[in-house]
Amino acid sequence: MSGPGLKRLIARDVRRAVSGAAWLPIAFFLLVATLVPFAVGPDAQLLGSIGGGALWIAALTAALLPIERLVEPDRADGVLDQLALHGVAEESVAVARVVAHWLTFAPPLLLAAVPGAIILGLTPAALRAALVALAVGTPGLAALAVAVAALTAGLPRAGGVAAILLLPLAVPLLIFGAAASGGGGSSALLLEGAVSLLIVAGAPFVAGAAIRAGRT
Amino acid sequence: MKPLLRFEAVTLRRGGRPLFERLELTLGPGEALHLAGPNGSGKSSLLRLAAGLLRAEGGVVERTSVALADDALSLDRELPLGKALRFWAAGADQAIEAMGLARLADVPVRLLSSGQAKRATLARVAASGAPLWLLDEPLNGLDGDGVERLDSLIAGHRAAGGAVLAASHSALNGDWARLELGQ
Repeated sequence: MSGPGLKRLIARDVRRAVSGAAWLPIAFFLLVATLVPFAVGPDAQLLGSIGGGALWIAALTAALLPIERLVEPDRADGVLDQLALHGVAEESVAVARVVAHWLTFAPPLLLAAVPGAIILGLTPAALRAALVALAVGTPGLAALAVAVAALTAGLPRAGGVAAILLLPLAVPLLIFGAAASGGGGSSALLLEGAVSLLIVAGAPFVAGAAIRAGRT
Repeated sequence: MKPLLRFEAVTLRRGGRPLFERLELTLGPGEALHLAGPNGSGKSSLLRLAAGLLRAEGGVVERTSVALADDALSLDRELPLGKALRFWAAGADQAIEAMGLARLADVPVRLLSSGQAKRATLARVAASGAPLWLLDEPLNGLDGDGVERLDSLIAGHRAAGGAVLAASHSALNGDWARLELGQ
């Protein structure tokens, strides 16, 4: 008995994300970026120097929003059980979910980073650096979101627990990503890429084990 | 002949309480077993054990590939029923017809009644091609026509060399071996 392949899993996850509220994290991202000038004042020089970091804080908080719909609905509805019966490994499910989540989260976020950077008064060069850093960091962020979603699926108040779990784990990404955005040079970008790859490589195993352990 | 499902001295505990200990069970081609017992006696857990979704505390569970119909619908609510079922089995059309769902194939899953949803989960099992069917309360919500259709599906599956393990409080039609849990 052959189950749905990886491509069909990814297509399904993308379809569900797009027909759901994929725009919500993006609206949230822009909202947080907009709050910064209100909070620190319209001083262009100050905004320019903290803008790259502010974009990253906005991206991290936006990454929290979709967590509750990444794994829990399929766990509660038995889809994860049926996939296991069809011979699809939990790790494969997690890989498909990371890919689909990145596809629906990162491109809109990168698009939204352009108006976000203008709100924060970033120069075109700083915007370019921020976009590259976000592009390198978002796979790690997507993978982390899936792993945390699998770990917290089925818990009461999962959203709050997920935030407390995800934000500390995202700190390495934040450090190197913000440094790469703020003109920290190529070594910051390389380290950010290394952290992002490490998370992408490890997250499917964490998520797969969490899905298995969560069965009752 | 090699059995489709075999439990050898299987022990399962839930929350520190033993549900069953050293349970022996063998299901060969064409056989059907009716699991009975009071609420909480471990019928659903036994099915999940047989499906490989739970691990036994002790003993050995051997099985072929299985299909499970339980309370979880596992169909995308926003899709039409036919499309949602074909996600799991490309050749689901025959099973859709057999469970009398053909005229609902274009209706979104979220609009189905509970009886229609039950028929849909049974159609998924029938379409799976798995030799062993695990059915958790298959009669819940089914009307007379649904029960008849299920009976003929099960009869056809057994005639083709398949096996069925069903947990149910109600009597099942046809010739079933019976295992009473919680005694």
